[in-house]
Amino acid sequence: MKNKFSIFVIIIFLSFCFVIFYEGLNTPKTYTPKVNGKKNIQTFKVKDFDSNNYINSDKIFEDNIFYIVNIWASWCVPCRVEHPLLMELSKNQSIKIIGLNYKDNLSNAKNFINKFGNPYSKILIDSDGTLSIEFGAYGVPETFIIDKKKKIIKNYVGPINQEIVDEIKLIIK
Amino acid sequence: MKIIKIFLVLFLIISFSTLKSDEKNDELKIKILKNIRCLICQGQSVYDSESEFALSIKLVIDKKIKNGESEDQIYEFLREKYGDWILYNPKLHKNTYILWLLPLLLFLLGGAIIYRNLIIKKN
Amino acid sequence: MLANQIGYYSLILGLLVSVLLCGVSIKDFNNKNKQISQNILSLSFLQLVFVIVSFLSLIISFINSDFSNETVFNNSHTTKPLFYKISGTWGNHEGSLLLWLLVLTIFIFLFLIKSRKQPKKYRILTLLFQQVIIIGFFLFVLMTSNPFNYLFPIPREGLGLNPILQDPALAIHPPILYLGYVGTSIIFSSSLAAVTQSYVSKQWGQHIQKWVLVSWIFLTIGIMLGSIWAYYELGWGGFWFWDPVENVSLMPWITLTALLHCIVVLERRGVLTSWVVILSITTFTLSMCGTFLVRSGILNSVHTFANDPARGIFILIFLFVLIALSLGIFFMFHKENKKSLNNFFWLSRETSILINNWFMMYFLAVVLIGTVYPIFLDVISSEKISVGPPFYQKLIVPFLIPFLLFMSLGPRLKWIKSKIENRNSLIMIFIVSVMLTFFIIKNLTADLLFYTVLISATFFLFFTNLKELFIKKFNNISQIVSHLGFSLLILSILFNSILSSEIITNIKIGEKYDYDKGEIFFKKTEERKESNFNSIIAFFEIKDKNGKTIELKPEIRIYNQPVIITSEADIKTTLLEDKFLVMNLVKGNEYFNIRYQVKPFMVWIWISVILLSLGGLMSLFKRKI
Repeated sequence: MKNKFSIFVIIIFLSFCFVIFYEGLNTPKTYTPKVNGKKNIQTFKVKDFDSNNYINSDKIFEDNIFYIVNIWASWCVPCRVEHPLLMELSKNQSIKIIGLNYKDNLSNAKNFINKFGNPYSKILIDSDGTLSIEFGAYGVPETFIIDKKKKIIKNYVGPINQEIVDEIKLIIK
Repeated sequence: MKIIKIFLVLFLIISFSTLKSDEKNDELKIKILKNIRCLICQGQSVYDSESEFALSIKLVIDKKIKNGESEDQIYEFLREKYGDWILYNPKLHKNTYILWLLPLLLFLLGGAIIYRNLIIKKN
Repeated sequence: MLANQIGYYSLILGLLVSVLLCGVSIKDFNNKNKQISQNILSLSFLQLVFVIVSFLSLIISFINSDFSNETVFNNSHTTKPLFYKISGTWGNHEGSLLLWLLVLTIFIFLFLIKSRKQPKKYRILTLLFQQVIIIGFFLFVLMTSNPFNYLFPIPREGLGLNPILQDPALAIHPPILYLGYVGTSIIFSSSLAAVTQSYVSKQWGQHIQKWVLVSWIFLTIGIMLGSIWAYYELGWGGFWFWDPVENVSLMPWITLTALLHCIVVLERRGVLTSWVVILSITTFTLSMCGTFLVRSGILNSVHTFANDPARGIFILIFLFVLIALSLGIFFMFHKENKKSLNNFFWLSRETSILINNWFMMYFLAVVLIGTVYPIFLDVISSEKISVGPPFYQKLIVPFLIPFLLFMSLGPRLKWIKSKIENRNSLIMIFIVSVMLTFFIIKNLTADLLFYTVLISATFFLFFTNLKELFIKKFNNISQIVSHLGFSLLILSILFNSILSSEIITNIKIGEKYDYDKGEIFFKKTEERKESNFNSIIAFFEIKDKNGKTIELKPEIRIYNQPVIITSEADIKTTLLEDKFLVMNLVKGNEYFNIRYQVKPFMVWIWISVILLSLGGLMSLFKRKI
């Protein structure tokens, strides 16, 4: 009978909705940025921190090792918290850390480095924040891992902690 | 029926006319910015937000419009960097066919039910 | 402390009375008496009293800043002004559930009093179905969301209420909204009762119409208050964001409006019985579904409550139990009305109401799908997408055009069978609408064709109703007023959107900013200390081309508990336009970023919604007489 069929359809449909909503309760709510697949790095020209000259992006990532790009600023409080961990990571021979100085005052940034140490093999200047957008960043601090094939394989929004450092060490083996 | 035909024609004319409208760069910029979610805010568009992220995005969009990039190219750029989540206007691709088409299908279904119950039963 | 105890035990007693009430009602059901037993009325009143006592206890705890109560601790602060301490009672998850219970019990008690002329078994069944909902909520509160949890040791100070919620419109928005939203429970319960008794008839329609109207009026005003709050308080100059929580209040409104129209058909002609029952069930289901969506943490939004998956699971199961129950009853008991739709002529008022429902269900589908689709997609494919205003606008606005036209023509048709009367005057009004529209907007917008069609249709609705008023056809005055209100609403929104302008700029103290229609002068700033915040008030003088100056004083507030910085816009409202100014701090500079908006006809949006509800109110009073 048609009535029985429509009842059956309704029951199936409602059960489906129930399952979806139930599962929906258990999925994470905040949008954790996933790097879907591996992204290429854009080619760009950027000012170098020390020399104040423009350099090309391919010159930055030229060695056959893992690169870490860390977005930081002197006015950013969590950056100070993660800085010692970056110093520790910089001792690792199989990676180089590239710093991206975000919307900062040059002399303040230089003071920061002088005071807290320099974990960066190179520092780039992103005075208006547009370069960080090229990396798909949300703000500061943020850290990206780039593999030997020059692709972005992971990013961490917010300051890194010991757990993340351990994870990074596993990745770069 | 005549009413349905008139309605369909109206619908097509209107959709077509909104496609053809002329937009200056400023209007385009505002339009795009209102369509982008500020990812570090709670439910605000980039247009409405003054956060650092929003300001950076605004500069990037500005540059791209000046370079002559089209609206779709800009959305594609943002989708590539940040995923579909950043766009308020869900793009029509395999994930969103159902989203866009289901309401229209339901509309037609409703029409069919009324037609059948009203017109057919009358006879 | 004592209030805590009283409040908690009141809830338990209320639950016990519910169970008792069910037992007594079932016994009375088979009783041969014509009227229901007085005990039932008394017990129902007792249940209401317990809930009121519980609610008052929570309010007292808030007023006294009794931080031994966990809910008060989480949501209040000693420096909060008294008015907001009180409204903080229902501004949180647990307290708002008490509000749910309050409205549920008030409505069933009022229903019992006002339905003495109705069949006894129908009344008892309504009571029983409502008790299912009430018991469900008692259990929900006592098991997962107790407002009377103890904290020990007693904290000295509370965690404070979100300062954005400290606003008069927002303080009364929940009670009014709930009277509408939760009030649909009585329509749900009574429809189910009517179905089991084969009582879905003209008589029942006349009786239930009052309740539908009451819910509808409160829901309309409640939604408007939420919009007003968003406009005045959130600082972005918008009043509707298609945010999930807003959508969730809009959906029951849509079905309730559709139901309102169908009941008219039911009353007059005794047909559309199945559809009326389905709409009644759907409306309350949507209310419950909405409660689920905003309290379980499944959706991201500015206004979701604190999340707890346990609560989510409870409501989800509760919701589906109600759906299963209602659908089960519908399929088991509903008998198809034999004289059904065979008497519908295609050109009649019944048909136009059917068409209204058709379009309403489409609008509902758009809002529902837009709101829940991201959840489905996320669960099935782990992809996250956003569905924002462009989606809703693109799908809804084109369909508004035929909708408005049908809305203009429908009420002009007679019942059963009709020809279009006064064809000539209608055509004339149509031509006038189109010409007027074209004349007004030809220089205003690039999307000329689109807006001309849309606005003409709205003017057509407006003028056809205005004409009825002028020729003194007052027998359907409430409907005319409401439809007039609706047309005014669409007109205000459209013109506001076309004519609004905005200037965004960074400005220093003492600086003048020139723009094409005038200049903005940043005079000075002042500091002010209140009991729970410090603020910087900026004085701006805005001069237009004619030399007229107005002063606007936006503020930046720094609240002390929790530490939040908010921007308060200053808005000057006149009948003609709103002038809106909001400012933000710019990092590291002495500059302030300001947004100055001129928004024509803004206040007409609120006026038209009031007019819309006024029609409903008039209809309500007409019936009482």
